[in-house]
Amino acid sequence: MTRAKADFLRGLWNENPVFRLLIGLCPALGVTSTAINGIGMGLATSFVLLCSSTLISVIKNIIPAKVRIPSYIIIIATFVTIADLSMNAFAPELHRALGVFVPLIVVNCLVLGRSEAYASKMPVGLAAIDALGMGLGFTWALGALGGVRELLGTGELFHVQVMPAFFEPWGIMAAPPGAFLSLGFLVAIMNIISARMNKKTA
Amino acid sequence: MEFFLIFLGAVLVNNFVLVQFLGLCPLMGVSKQVETSVGMGMAVTFVMTVAAAVSWLIEHYILVPFEIEFLQTVAFILVIASMVQLVEMFLNKMSPSLYRSLGIFLPLITTNCAIMGMALLMVQEQYTFIQSVIFGIGAGVGFTIALVLLAGLREELDYADVPVPLKGAGIAFIIAGLLSVAFTGFGGLV
Repeated sequence: MTRAKADFLRGLWNENPVFRLLIGLCPALGVTSTAINGIGMGLATSFVLLCSSTLISVIKNIIPAKVRIPSYIIIIATFVTIADLSMNAFAPELHRALGVFVPLIVVNCLVLGRSEAYASKMPVGLAAIDALGMGLGFTWALGALGGVRELLGTGELFHVQVMPAFFEPWGIMAAPPGAFLSLGFLVAIMNIISARMNKKTA
Repeated sequence: MEFFLIFLGAVLVNNFVLVQFLGLCPLMGVSKQVETSVGMGMAVTFVMTVAAAVSWLIEHYILVPFEIEFLQTVAFILVIASMVQLVEMFLNKMSPSLYRSLGIFLPLITTNCAIMGMALLMVQEQYTFIQSVIFGIGAGVGFTIALVLLAGLREELDYADVPVPLKGAGIAFIIAGLLSVAFTGFGGLV
């Protein structure tokens, strides 16, 4: 497997930010009451991650090592402001649903973590691929979490009724505790699947 | 009375961690021992209180008069980052053992969304200066309570027989979920 492909796939499964590294958890739990919100949040974060990782990788030799963290934060904050204002203009409904979590992308440990751990050391191409993989991994995790909570909490998926009529929605899944419980069980399911896969390859 | 309601609201009813999902990364990272979690909670509470005061001043005396509110995100994150730096230097001098046990999580307070979230919510709610400071203290205390509760439960968990796939993060989330159920009980209080 080539380096680029490995970098891309890593974020999707083995080092999935939400299920494996347990970073970027606040938006993962805070906005995933529906699948759409989860995916919207995931894409907004991916945009910021991709732009800031690429830019940081380009100018990594100019930034003095001592002030690198503040510099990264300013770069990230700039892209977050762009994302925040654009969403407010083009997708006001989603922007309202995500609320305070859009400006909070700036303190998402996923973005700063990738900048410090990867983009600051790697060439531009690999940094962008890594950011894209991590961003998509984050997006599918949020989509899955939102999907599970929407399905069990309201009986709908993407605002379409999918559960049979006799299904009684579990109110708790749409409420805050449901977010913690769903994530706990999804992490466990991920562990079971990974254990099975390792057994097969071994 | 009004101040008391803001405080109580931030500590229990809208607990930052268990109801609003802010500050979860340190929650999972530092909640393995009660002692470190108390130290972490105190550091966060301190940073939060100071950050509430300073970001209120910046919002109302710089951003609003000059009509540059779009720089809010950038301005707040800078304030918080410098506050964290101060606390770090202070702890390093005053309590080196606590400084070491907090380790990597101390600089990470900068990216603790609870603090940034508190600053943004404080502007959204249009609190006055005093109200903002009370809100900051309340949010910090609420964070500490959630952190210490979870750490206490996780210490007991070391001796429990947890199914293998749930070990570690999985069971911690489920416990946090149960704590969150308990905190929804405070819903009608304020």
